[in-house]
Amino acid sequence: MSVTEKNPVIEVRGLKKQYKLGQIGGGTLTHDLQSWWARVRGKEDPNTIIGTDQRLFGQTFMALNGVDLTVYQGEALGIIGRNGAGKSTLLKILSRITAPTEGEIRLKGRVASMLEVGTGFNNEMTGRENIYMNGAILGMTKAEIDAKVDEIIAFSECGDFIDTPVKRYSSGMFVKLAFAVAAHLDSEIMVMDEVLAVGDMKFQQKCLGKMSDVAGQEGRTVLYVSHNMSTIRQLCTRCVVLDKGRVIFDGDVEQAIAIYMDTTDVNVVHYDLKDVSRMNQSAGKRLRLESLDFVGKESSVFADTEKMRIRITWRVSEPFAGVNLKMNLHYRDSTPVGITHPVNLGAAEPGRLYATEFEFDPSLLGEGQYFFYLDIFDGALAQAVCLDKPVTEFAFEVTSADLSMPTWAAGWGRVHFPAVKLLSTETEG
Amino acid sequence: MPNSSKNSGSQGEWTTIIRPRTGWFDIDLRELWRYRDLIVMFVKRNFAVLYKQTILGPAWVLLNPLLTSVLFNVVFGGIAGLSTDGTPSFLFYMAGNTVWTFFSTCINNTANTFVANSQVFGKVYFPRLTTPISQVLTSLINFFIQAAMFVVFWLYFWLTGAQMHLTVWMWALPLVILQVMLLGLGVGIIVSSLTTKYRDLAIAVSFGVQLWMYISPVVYPLSTLGDSPRLAFLMRLNPMTAPVEIFRTATLGTGSADLGMFVYSLVFTAVALFIGVILFSRIEKTFMDTV
Repeated sequence: MSVTEKNPVIEVRGLKKQYKLGQIGGGTLTHDLQSWWARVRGKEDPNTIIGTDQRLFGQTFMALNGVDLTVYQGEALGIIGRNGAGKSTLLKILSRITAPTEGEIRLKGRVASMLEVGTGFNNEMTGRENIYMNGAILGMTKAEIDAKVDEIIAFSECGDFIDTPVKRYSSGMFVKLAFAVAAHLDSEIMVMDEVLAVGDMKFQQKCLGKMSDVAGQEGRTVLYVSHNMSTIRQLCTRCVVLDKGRVIFDGDVEQAIAIYMDTTDVNVVHYDLKDVSRMNQSAGKRLRLESLDFVGKESSVFADTEKMRIRITWRVSEPFAGVNLKMNLHYRDSTPVGITHPVNLGAAEPGRLYATEFEFDPSLLGEGQYFFYLDIFDGALAQAVCLDKPVTEFAFEVTSADLSMPTWAAGWGRVHFPAVKLLSTETEG
Repeated sequence: MPNSSKNSGSQGEWTTIIRPRTGWFDIDLRELWRYRDLIVMFVKRNFAVLYKQTILGPAWVLLNPLLTSVLFNVVFGGIAGLSTDGTPSFLFYMAGNTVWTFFSTCINNTANTFVANSQVFGKVYFPRLTTPISQVLTSLINFFIQAAMFVVFWLYFWLTGAQMHLTVWMWALPLVILQVMLLGLGVGIIVSSLTTKYRDLAIAVSFGVQLWMYISPVVYPLSTLGDSPRLAFLMRLNPMTAPVEIFRTATLGTGSADLGMFVYSLVFTAVALFIGVILFSRIEKTFMDTV
């Protein structure tokens, strides 16, 4: 094959993935039999959760709705989009974790998927044993790992502890080791889901450098999903924007990011959080947010002289003496802006629906579009345990109404502090 | 299914094609073979997980069947006074128990494949069959260790002049061991496929395996049913009757192994394994959507 000719290594054609909404099966045979018996007698199913939206039952949802995409050898393709746009589903199908409903994908070569670092790591086994374990799970043979093990250990910066069980590792070391294995795979196609979001900045840069090499010099193909636009800029040579299960843009990285930022939806003032995914496995189990509303608004656009009123509803599955809430604010390109001081929501017990209304003052924010995550946690700040954190980005826009402020200029950052307090002015002469 | 025929790049170069779940027998054995190193790693991990942070460590492999054999000897041989076909009762129970333990661990350890590994399965692809296969191989190694202990006791009884002898069925033992393993694998993966929908089946299975032992000639010989032909016939429908009886006939010289029930048992195993693999390969493609 000539060098100038582009060699397609991934071809996605008419890819669709359908999910069923609502509850799928009771999970136990007795529940299924109960539900069936209730239906036979025309009674209400005893196993439906009270308060769930019955309309969703049996309805379907297209996570991917006809995706076509060709990726060429040596490309580093970024995939961006809002939560629920279908990014993760696409990666899951590409890495064969789940099958598509329609369409097909053709691949040339092996796919190494890093949807999570350290998959299959076993705490009881040493770092070295885990390199072999993880490598084998990712599709390497023992001989291939043998040939690379020294390189992997060197890259991981864990050399001194390589024969120690990984349960004694700090989380940083754990991540470094895991990434080192994945980065040294021989596969022709690498699929990554925001794995670079972990580890310290220095190691992140090292990883990005490694991934660029993998794509640029070694001629392998990288697919990278991230919310972090700066890593997308740094790594990717081409970028795809997904929205509602379709590709809405495919091409230049900067253009893609601009389009992605325009998809921020400030017309949504009500969010249903019951079925959205959570930041981690344990979030949403002991306490669950059910909805969020911007109170008294038709769109979430706020003048910087206006106060933002937010109403959330939530339930707990066990008693709490007091849970804390904070907002994590981001600019629309995902740059973090800051957090709010935690506030205690008070005691809560199971079986009740709590509705909490609170006020946020956006007056310190410069003009522009933002979003925030809600983080509800238990315990003092040092050992705070996250109780719930939906991945939903609650978008809003701040407009300038304060005439005493000059027009916002790029390069000012996002925050304006209160005016300095004049103590005295003395005149001489 | 809309099958786009736009070809870019020559057709032959594509190495993998991902399509919606189709067909019944959709399993790539060559791929499974490529992942053989992973199976070895899983076996190593199974041992690491099993014995790290236990007091007696690997001694459990021996202690478990030893204590069970002693218990069977006291309860079924001593108290209940069940026949052991004239062979030393301790060896009789140990023989039955060794084969049965092998079979039951094969089932119990594969029956929860999907549920126990859903975390890993949700994050990375590898042929899912590697997990149950590594489980039965782990059981096989444990079986060899326990069989070695059986040989030691056998030699002791033989030297002290106990009434027993090896028979030609010896030569069938490798096949019997393989069969027990594959039957355990087959039944286990059928259950594991069904547990993705019905979690409570996992509880039922360990209980069911216990009951199964009592309808297999583990604590009594098949010959005790000689005067009840109907019961003896029902016993022979149990695919585990043949392996247990053959193991005893081969090593102790008494038992009612015959070719007919062996062939039946082999056919049963092949069918169970076939159904298991088909169910498993169907479930593995979409179970992540339902967990």
